[in-house]
Amino acid sequence: MLPKRFTLHRPGRIADAIELLSKFGDDASPYAGGTELLIAMKARVLSYQHIVDLKGIDELRGVSVLPDGTLSIGALSTHHELAGNAVILQHLPAYAALSANVANIRVRAAGTLGGNLCFAEPHADPPALLCALGAELVLAGPAGERRMPLSEFILGELSTARADDEVLVRIEVPPLPPHSLAAYRAFGHLERPAVGVAVVARPLKRGYDWRIRVGSICGRPTALAPVEQAMRGLGAREALAALDEGAAQAAAGVEADDDLRGSAEYKRHLVGVLARRAARAALGMKEIAQ
Amino acid sequence: MSEERPESIDLAFTLNGEPAGARIEPRELLVDVLREQFGLRGTKRSCDLGACGACTVLVDGLPASSCSTLAADVEGRSVVTIEGLGTAKSLDPVQQAFVDHGAMQCGFCTPGMVLAVKALLSANPSPTEDEVRHYLRGNVCRCTGYVKIIEAVLDLASREATQRPA
Repeated sequence: MLPKRFTLHRPGRIADAIELLSKFGDDASPYAGGTELLIAMKARVLSYQHIVDLKGIDELRGVSVLPDGTLSIGALSTHHELAGNAVILQHLPAYAALSANVANIRVRAAGTLGGNLCFAEPHADPPALLCALGAELVLAGPAGERRMPLSEFILGELSTARADDEVLVRIEVPPLPPHSLAAYRAFGHLERPAVGVAVVARPLKRGYDWRIRVGSICGRPTALAPVEQAMRGLGAREALAALDEGAAQAAAGVEADDDLRGSAEYKRHLVGVLARRAARAALGMKEIAQ
Repeated sequence: MSEERPESIDLAFTLNGEPAGARIEPRELLVDVLREQFGLRGTKRSCDLGACGACTVLVDGLPASSCSTLAADVEGRSVVTIEGLGTAKSLDPVQQAFVDHGAMQCGFCTPGMVLAVKALLSANPSPTEDEVRHYLRGNVCRCTGYVKIIEAVLDLASREATQRPA
C-alpha cells in the first residue's frame, strides 16, 4: 500500500530542518533511512502531511574521535557504514559487530542509527549496548543544542524525549578505560531480536565493574542490577560463576512483555542464556551452547 | 488532514547504467516506478514490508528493498535491477551459476537473490559459507532452495578466485 500523500522537504542544514519541524509540528516527521517510518506509513499506522528528509544534511554525518577519546557518531550513519567503519572497528569492535548483525543487508544499508534510536522500536539491537556504554545524545532544537544520556532519552515503546521540533545530531560514546570488555548477543527468529543482552566490563583494581543491559524485552533497556552487584570486583572465573548462579533469578525480576517475538517467560529464559554468552564473549572465552 | 496534495516532482537517476527520468509523487515507491513506469517487471513485490527480499534492487551497489524505498530517494543515484545484469543470450556469471546449480524453483525470489549475491561478491569475492548465509539472510525462498543457492555462490566464488591473477 502507498503512504498517504505528503509534501517532501529536503533541508540542507540542521537549522532549516528545525525550522520546518517547528512550523509543521506534529503534522511533520523527520525522515532518514525509512526502514521503520515508511513501513508504518505504508500500513497507514502513521501519516504526516510533511516529511522532512534529513539525508541531505552533511552536519549529521561522520564518525570521529574527539580529543578526550569520546567517539562521536553522526545520526545519519547507517548500520552498514558503522559495521565497516575503521574508527568503530578500532575503538569499539563490539559495536561494529552488533551493526553487522542488524536485521539484513537492505536494512543495514538504508537504516540509520539516529533513526533507530528516535523511532524507539524496542526490538532493536543498538540501544542495549549503547546504554551499557553510557552513550549520550546531542539534540538540536530552536533553543540550541542539549544533551542527555540515551538511557533517559528512551521513555518506552516508540516513545522518546525528543521534542517534535528537535533533530538528533549525534551519538557520543565516552571512552572506555584500557582493558575494558564489551560484547552483545541477541536472538530472534524474525528480522528483529526477541531479546538482546549487552555486557560492558570496566577494569577495577581487582576484577571488573560490570554493566549488563537487557534490550528488546520491554519498552527500554533494563539493567540486570543484582547480578552486576554480585559480579563486581570478582576475577573472571568467579564473576562468571556469580552470573551463572544469579542470571535466572535476576531475569525473573525483569519487566517483560508478551508479543510476536515470544512470551515473557521465553524472553526471561533468553536473558539468562544471552547474558552468559555475552559475558563469555566479552572475556574472549568460548561461548557455551545452552 | 484530508487535503489533497497532488504535488509531483521530477526524478533523475541512473537506471541500469543509463540516465533515466520520471515524474513521480513524493509518496511513490521505487518498486512501482520501476515496474509501472519503466516496465521492469523482474523486480517483484511480495511481502511489501522490506522483509522478504523479492523486491531487491541495487542502489549505489548495495541491496535495497524497492517496496520500502521512496522513489524520490534514488535521486542522483545508480539503480540496478535484474534486467541490468545479463541478457538471455549472455547471462551474468551469477545468473549462470544459479542455472548451472539449479538454484531456483519457481523463480520468484531469484532476481532479488541474484542481485544480493552480486553485491556480496563485489564486497567480498571469496565468502565463507557462513558469510553467504549471513548476507542472504534477508532473502526468503518459499520453495526452500537455499542449499543450491549457497552451493552456486560458493562454486562461482571459487572458480573466479582461480581466474584472478595472483
